[in-house]
Amino acid sequence: MAKTLFDKIWEKHVVKNIEGGPSVLYIDKHFIHEVTSPQAFKGLEQRGLPVFRPKQVVATADHNVPTLNQHLPIKEELSRIQVQTLKDNCEKFGIELYGLGHPFQGIVHIIGPELGITQPGMTIVCGDSHTSTHGAFGAIAFGIGTSEVEMVLATQCLMQSKPKLMRINVDGELNKGVVSKDIILYIISQISASGATGYFVEYAGSAIRSLSMEGRMTICNMSIEMGARGGMIAPDETTFNYMQGRLFAPKGEEWDKAAEYWKTLYSDADAVFDRELNIRAEDIEPMITYGTNPGMGIGISGHVPELNEVAEKASFEKSLHYMGLQPGEVLKGHKVDYVFIGSCTNARIEDLRMVASFVKGKKKADNVEVWVVPGSKQVEKQAVEEGIDRIFEEAGFMLRQPGCSACLGMNEDKIPAGKYCISTSNRNFEGRQGPNARTMLASPLTAAAAAVTGVVTDVREMLQEQ
Amino acid sequence: MSKNINIITSTVVPIHIENIDTDQIIPARFLKATSREGFGKNLFRDWRYQSNDENQPKEDFVLNNPTYSGRILVAAKNFGCGSSREHAAWAIKDYGFDVVVSSFFADIFKNNALNNFLLPVTVSDAFLDKIFTAVEEDHTTEVEVNLPEQYIKILSAGEQESFDINSYKKTCLLNGYDDIDYLLSMKKEIEQFELQK
Repeated sequence: MAKTLFDKIWEKHVVKNIEGGPSVLYIDKHFIHEVTSPQAFKGLEQRGLPVFRPKQVVATADHNVPTLNQHLPIKEELSRIQVQTLKDNCEKFGIELYGLGHPFQGIVHIIGPELGITQPGMTIVCGDSHTSTHGAFGAIAFGIGTSEVEMVLATQCLMQSKPKLMRINVDGELNKGVVSKDIILYIISQISASGATGYFVEYAGSAIRSLSMEGRMTICNMSIEMGARGGMIAPDETTFNYMQGRLFAPKGEEWDKAAEYWKTLYSDADAVFDRELNIRAEDIEPMITYGTNPGMGIGISGHVPELNEVAEKASFEKSLHYMGLQPGEVLKGHKVDYVFIGSCTNARIEDLRMVASFVKGKKKADNVEVWVVPGSKQVEKQAVEEGIDRIFEEAGFMLRQPGCSACLGMNEDKIPAGKYCISTSNRNFEGRQGPNARTMLASPLTAAAAAVTGVVTDVREMLQEQ
Repeated sequence: MSKNINIITSTVVPIHIENIDTDQIIPARFLKATSREGFGKNLFRDWRYQSNDENQPKEDFVLNNPTYSGRILVAAKNFGCGSSREHAAWAIKDYGFDVVVSSFFADIFKNNALNNFLLPVTVSDAFLDKIFTAVEEDHTTEVEVNLPEQYIKILSAGEQESFDINSYKKTCLLNGYDDIDYLLSMKKEIEQFELQK
């Protein structure tokens, strides 16, 4: 029978199907971080259990770390205790930790792929909803809660019901100035912030195939923003080229054997999906969000919907009130106070290169503060080696140290109340970047353009000038 | 934390807002604890208080309105979307709710709730509207959530609807079993699976 990519991986990991219930699913790799793991370790201790397979767990500190002066002790007491607790737990339970100061430290969804830990055909979980990122390699990867973190630590398994499957095909050529972030913001704006709840999504089509691994990770990363538990893309030569030679990727004969298996990981031609969606790449323009969920996005040349264009008026009005915007308003030309380039969505080296090549020789607008937060120590190092740090310095952009930073404002990197921030992150929820902060999600390119002009800008107009 | 659920009859607290994400339920800056307790006091923190100040409650927010109370939270569709933080389920449970009713739940939130004996009940849009209307008309309206029989009933109106839950999870909730208990009982099979893999 014809199988989907998802089916092929799922079936290989089912330990047992329970009658009338979920399946017991075996997990290959488990990433943990400081925020969603302490209660899980506490649970293990209360039950007197060890970590079942510590070698299949990798830890890093990212959500709560400062992005300046990382060599100094963390000032804020609760954050310091949380990061220390992770360190203590990793020592006690024998788990590899890439903590602060380690050359591999960084955002959990950035370091997994760049170290070659993330591989096709795997089941991967983490106590973080953006675990869907790893699906870009053709893995089943999804976010879990802390009770589930405890289950995986204790047994390397989870109880999971098989989700429905959706395929989203994006075919055609992308317009100038349109990058992978715009594709995913466009998809979410089309199917809404809940449109894929209950589904796992496979992205396919020529426009997806043409993307680099970094671009594919950006797409899979935001699957959760339309409610999908995960997103995935079948591995191909782009995937193998990215992986070859990475630290934990298989080597020599083992590589050949693994690659042979990986090449079988695709949806069969006549595989059936519960839902299928077709998108024309040509229809996508640079995107920006105006509201307080990622589904509230528009093309940069468009306008905020009119009241009569929306179904749920109360939620829409609440959202616009929070954002300080009016129905029908055009965003182009709207004042911007902050630009945040970072997060597990867009803080890879390719994102930084994209921004650097655009801003080279330009300066930021006086009214804007620009933070660039690399996704990992490795990205930071590479940026310095390539001279990207100097381009940012000359442009007046502040290059900080790796972490989740202003994506969720858990550390001190918060956007002040009432201020507008163009952000390359994944969520524009109320208060996400700080109490009463106003977030507009966009691509690194659109963010860079706003940094230079100080207002919401159609980057295509600036690309024509160049 | 009560470790089983059976029949719950209570007045309800209505929040008529769609797409309530877990950042609203519990903002990230309150996720720094290393234990599961005490999150209830920061439930809906930024909707509850002005300027992050506990001495300045926002009077128009339902949790600050003494008219509404109870063990059942009712919210509009796509409840619990966004971040996977289980702290959201802990905060709702810790505040004193045992049931959340909506016409649509985000997947990760639903699992987190079930793992904490907080029952997510999915009803039709029409039935959700009936609850909102009934409570709007009379805040003392009681709702019965019956897990063994799998129905939810607006007592004054006599209106009821059945809800789905998989039989494995239902048994867990009725008896206070964890998934982890089940998985631990499977250790041998898991080790066997690893050898064959």
